[in-house]
Amino acid sequence: MTDTQDNAEKSLYERIGAEPAVNAAVDIFYRKVLSDHRINRFFDNVDMEKQAAKQKAFLTMAFGGPHNYTGEDMRKGHAHLVKMGLDDSHFDAVVENLGATLEELNVPQELIAEVVAICETTRNDVLGR
Amino acid sequence: MESVLSKNKMYTLTIEDNTYFCQPHETVLDTLLRENIAISYACKKGTCHSCIVCSSDILPPEAAQTGLKNTQKKHNYFLACLCHPEQDMVIKLPDQSELYTEGTVVVNKLLNRNTLLLIIAFKDAFEFNAGQFVNLQRSDGLTRSYSIANIPQESNSLEFHIRRLPNGRFSEWLHDEIKIGDTIAVSEPRGHCFYLPERSEQGLLLVGTGTGLAPLAGILTDALAQGHSGPIYLFHGSRDVEDLYRIDEMRQLVDQHENFHYIPCLSGNYVPEGFSHGRVNDIVLASLPDLKGWRVFLCGHPDMIKQMKTMTFIKGAASADIYTDAFLVTSG
Repeated sequence: MTDTQDNAEKSLYERIGAEPAVNAAVDIFYRKVLSDHRINRFFDNVDMEKQAAKQKAFLTMAFGGPHNYTGEDMRKGHAHLVKMGLDDSHFDAVVENLGATLEELNVPQELIAEVVAICETTRNDVLGR
Repeated sequence: MESVLSKNKMYTLTIEDNTYFCQPHETVLDTLLRENIAISYACKKGTCHSCIVCSSDILPPEAAQTGLKNTQKKHNYFLACLCHPEQDMVIKLPDQSELYTEGTVVVNKLLNRNTLLLIIAFKDAFEFNAGQFVNLQRSDGLTRSYSIANIPQESNSLEFHIRRLPNGRFSEWLHDEIKIGDTIAVSEPRGHCFYLPERSEQGLLLVGTGTGLAPLAGILTDALAQGHSGPIYLFHGSRDVEDLYRIDEMRQLVDQHENFHYIPCLSGNYVPEGFSHGRVNDIVLASLPDLKGWRVFLCGHPDMIKQMKTMTFIKGAASADIYTDAFLVTSG
């Protein structure tokens, strides 16, 4: 995790702080999501502990870290939420909460922009389009 | 940090009577799967915690405990998918058959109209953490889980609070048939909902419904005995006052400990003086609006726990600081 990397071109995941950054962000982010009335109904029936593990996997991916999600996984994983009415406004709200989380952790704006760009690549799969 | 050496050496994994070789570069999970050992797993990267197992003798490598609760770490649990052994290991799988010890019933009396106080004594010390649970087994094999309500320092005995369940075969047997002097088989202690003596200035929130008071009473006694200095709030909820118990004992503790607060909650219509009226969930959230930095213990009804887990987290408690013990009712 903290092993020194000599290559000048560090990945986004490393620049943002790798796993410790994910751990620092996950509670703050998930608390924001659960408190956000625009989107928290989508989390009504989930077990918080299991969901927190999923949020950790999601943040790892959004930070450019190692993950094995495919577009198809994203579609399947969110299909029941699309049926409940999940749309662009909800997707935007999640990204907004993620941005606010990173600001709270003093992550520089240019890195936040990169994270948001990664999230954007999943939008159509998440919304089943 | 993994040393290069540990990655190139083969260590043995022992499970019950069998020994397996963990090849260099293999994780414990890799070895178990290669050997066709039945073990649940999913993500293979430490996220889902499906492949949690226990090291019977040695401390597992630190990296294999990433993301586990402190109480799990203390009992040498680790994730098989993250574990590159650094020495030979003896491993216990979650569904492995348990060791039972015979105990003798020394107290059986009612705490209220439907809750039995059962105390089982052992010849030797019974090691556990207050708040854990055991399986009790009848001679015909019928088995149920019950939380331990006392602390290990007191005596070689375990205290249980047994609620009589309608058509509950096991609880009816304990209420109606078991006598002082009878023996009963008791499993090794299990569960991760217990107090660790760290951050003693931290606020402790204990919320229980019905016999959820049992593990909480153990946790409370333990925290007080270990000199916990932060505020401790115990909320005990039921519908009617007749279904609460240990009310006087708790009030005595309030008199003895400045930092301890006891709030008995009744959701039914008749609410005598000294009791709060409403659902225990609502009363907790109204009383303690900010739980940042608090340690939370939730025991009892699964619905209460599910809701309170989310609410206490939203109110600021860290997810790693929320411990739960949901009482699932086995039918029949």
